[in-house]
Amino acid sequence: MLEIVFYLFAAIALVSAIAVIAVRDLFRAALCLILLFMTVAGIYLLLQADFLAIVQILIYVGAISILIIVAIMLTRDARQGQPAGRLKYFAAIVSALLLGTVLLGILNTAFSMPDSAPWQETIKPLGKALFGDSGYLLTVEIAAVMLLSAILGAIAVIREK
Amino acid sequence: MFSVGLDQYLILSALLFCIGLFGVLTQRNVIKIIMCLEIMLNAVNISLIAFSRYVTPVTLTGQIFAIFVMVVAAAEVAVGIAIIFAIYRERESVDIENFDILKW
Repeated sequence: MLEIVFYLFAAIALVSAIAVIAVRDLFRAALCLILLFMTVAGIYLLLQADFLAIVQILIYVGAISILIIVAIMLTRDARQGQPAGRLKYFAAIVSALLLGTVLLGILNTAFSMPDSAPWQETIKPLGKALFGDSGYLLTVEIAAVMLLSAILGAIAVIREK
Repeated sequence: MFSVGLDQYLILSALLFCIGLFGVLTQRNVIKIIMCLEIMLNAVNISLIAFSRYVTPVTLTGQIFAIFVMVVAAAEVAVGIAIIFAIYRERESVDIENFDILKW
C-alpha cells in the first residue's frame, strides 16, 4: 500500500518538476512548483518525518512560493525561449553525467542500516537533539543571526536610493 | 521488485536534483532559475531525510541537517529576490543575459 503511495508521489513530483522547466507561462510554472513542494511534504510523511512535513508546508508552500509569485507579478516577462542550442545540449549532457554518477554510487553502496525502529513522532526527539546537551545550540543561534542579517541585507539591497 | 527502501528515495532525489540542475543551466528568466534552485534544495532534503529514516533513525541527524537547509533556503530566496528587484529597477529586465553588471 505504502509502495503505491510512494510511486504516486514520486511520479507527481517528477512530472511537476519537469513542468516547472517546460511550461512557458511563468505563473503556471510557479503553481507546478507549489505542487512539487506539497508532494515532497507527502514524501516526508512517508519517511516518518512529521515535523519536517509541516515545516515544508509552512515555509515552502506558505512563504517561499508567495515570494516567488510576488516576484513574478512585479517583473515583466523576460524574452521566452532557451539560450543557444549548443548550451542546452551541453547542460543536458552535464546533468545526465551527474545523474549517472550518482545512480552508480547509490546502487553500488551498501549503507549500514540499523534495525532500530524510527520514532513514531519526531518533535520531541528533534527538540532534544537540537537544544539538549551536546546538541546543535550554537548552530541554531548562528542560523538565527544569519536569518536576521539576510532580512537586513534584503531590505538594504531593495531600498530606493 | 517494487519494494520501497533507501535506494528508491535516493534515486528520486537524484532525478529531481538533475532536473533542477538542467533548469538552472538552461533557463533564461532569473525567477525561473531561482525556482529550479528550490527544486535542487528540495531534492537534497529528500535524500537527507531518507538517510535520517534508514541510517540514523534514533539520532535524527539527517532531519536536523534538513532543518538547517530550509533555513538557508529561506534566506537565499529573500536575498536573491531582493537582488533581482534591484537589478530589475535599473535594467527593466529579468533576462539573465542582462545581468552583467559585475562584468567589466
